[in-house]
Amino acid sequence: MLQSMAERISVEQVAHVARLSRLRLTGEELERFASQMAAVLDHAADVASLDLEQVLPTSHPLPLVNVLRADQPGPTLSQQEVLAAAPEAVDGRFSVPSILAEAP
Amino acid sequence: MTTAADIAGSVRSGQCSAVDVATAHLDRIDQLDRSLHCFLSVDRSGALGEAELVDRAVAAGRDPGPLAGVPVALKDNLCTRGTPTTCASRILDGWVPPYDATVVELLRRAGAVVVGKTNMDEFAMGSSTEHSAFGPTCNPHDPSRVPGGSSGGSAAAVASGMAALALGSDTGGSIRQPAALCGVVGLKPTYGMVSRYGLVAFASSLDQIGPFATSVADAALMLEVIAGHDPRDSTSIPSSPAAVLARLSDGVQGVRVGVVDELVEGASAEVVSAVSSAAEALAKAGASVESTRIPACRLGLSAYYLLAPAEASSNLARYDGVRYGLRVDGPDVEAMNVATRTAGFGDEVKRRIMLGTFALSSGYYDAYYGQAQKARTVVLDAFAAAYERFDLLLGATAPTTAFPLGDRTADPMSMYLSDVFTIPSNLAGHPAVSVPWTTGGDGLPVAVQLLGPALAEPLVLRAASVVEASAPGVPPPCGDFLPSDGTRSALPRQAVGSGSDGLPREGPA
Repeated sequence: MLQSMAERISVEQVAHVARLSRLRLTGEELERFASQMAAVLDHAADVASLDLEQVLPTSHPLPLVNVLRADQPGPTLSQQEVLAAAPEAVDGRFSVPSILAEAP
Repeated sequence: MTTAADIAGSVRSGQCSAVDVATAHLDRIDQLDRSLHCFLSVDRSGALGEAELVDRAVAAGRDPGPLAGVPVALKDNLCTRGTPTTCASRILDGWVPPYDATVVELLRRAGAVVVGKTNMDEFAMGSSTEHSAFGPTCNPHDPSRVPGGSSGGSAAAVASGMAALALGSDTGGSIRQPAALCGVVGLKPTYGMVSRYGLVAFASSLDQIGPFATSVADAALMLEVIAGHDPRDSTSIPSSPAAVLARLSDGVQGVRVGVVDELVEGASAEVVSAVSSAAEALAKAGASVESTRIPACRLGLSAYYLLAPAEASSNLARYDGVRYGLRVDGPDVEAMNVATRTAGFGDEVKRRIMLGTFALSSGYYDAYYGQAQKARTVVLDAFAAAYERFDLLLGATAPTTAFPLGDRTADPMSMYLSDVFTIPSNLAGHPAVSVPWTTGGDGLPVAVQLLGPALAEPLVLRAASVVEASAPGVPPPCGDFLPSDGTRSALPRQAVGSGSDGLPREGPA
């Protein structure tokens, strides 16, 4: 684990992460973001290198669990109000470009 | 400077009209905001309409509420029904929310008048308000310098008298740091104390809404209005919040205060000196004050810059060009998603989304995200141990006074270091307040920070009151940002130290 810490994030890794993030970067942006992200990850090495084997993770500062309300219907936004914000809506639905390519 | 409490008192008693108060503040925005750029939108007719309702309530003998006629500014990541909410991002440019955030409903119910939505770092990611897609905000004490961030517009609007109160959001210091740099009071309440319903999410386990004010009492007044359980926010604390205002002048006799080395070290000399003076003031008021160490605080910055981007990468996945906001067309849906996000997000948001995606990705999850979550436990445990010995902790809010615009934008790590003293409270979910202490040699505000355990707002603000009363104080901005057409006399001109060299500056285009 520690060995992977010592490696700097590469331009190829940043390109991979950009693809996962649905972002397109230019060659210049890839180089610049790679060096900036490496600086942040270098700083994070103090956390990454600690021995915290016995420590439980904290995902949330409050001890609240299973917050549920009664299953009673109440007023909601209308379909019209919600679709009014959409870039494109057709027949009461959100509309998007084709999801699957045309069959060959 | 007129306080919010004074305004509400005068309006409720019929001594002055809410419409007049709103008009005066809207005129001031017209006059000053060309230079400072605190606001992304100003709703003049909406504000005057709300003010008129307040005046009608007073005339009819009904109580318009504790914030009657008080002009408030809202950070532009708080949803306002019918008026744009942009998060200072192109990706939400033109979006009009169909609902109000809970805090906005509560403010209106209390008689407050919303004058406008304030500038911020895009999606609250930044410490200088320079990452706004619509141009930076200037610090009213020196327009060549940043107001801090991410809630820089709210801080500068209150500091320059364009609003009596403002709301911001604080994920890693985004209320307290700009409050410090602009010379106003800024409070981050306990996580869960204020509903996040209608706050556009950045890092959901860290985000918290809180007030900006020109006095501790005004911050307490606003907190009492916005605090409380909200069934629409599942992380909202179910119990009723304790009264704050009623206990505000109870003093700090016998209160144990720890001055935390790690929350001062590395700060500039004038910041260090302010913390020492505030510690002396608390001791003089009867608190027992001693120096202490919480080494785990040093882990805060690293853990935060893994956890917050990780949560952000997940929260910001919703901006896909389908349901709201910007869409940039493409031949298929994925190409449309990519084109939309690439055009809609600025560099800092892209960096954080990618950092977070990396920290969560297969092969790195345990080493980065998992490890940072464990470091968060270490910080929480260290605070818990400290609060066995102390009731409150004292430190600096920001390591330096306001830095020049453009100074840190090329080096994200140097920008992130602005939050080194504020982040630990977000990780712990604890309340903390920044209180102006004085102006430094360069004429810029210097502040101190008081921290307490969860739900300790009453004690934190009592101590803040003591600090405020003992502080030399920060005079209002000298007004060098005003256009040189004779309107300058509208602001009281006060000497703010020999080094003040605020240059007149053209407003952003």
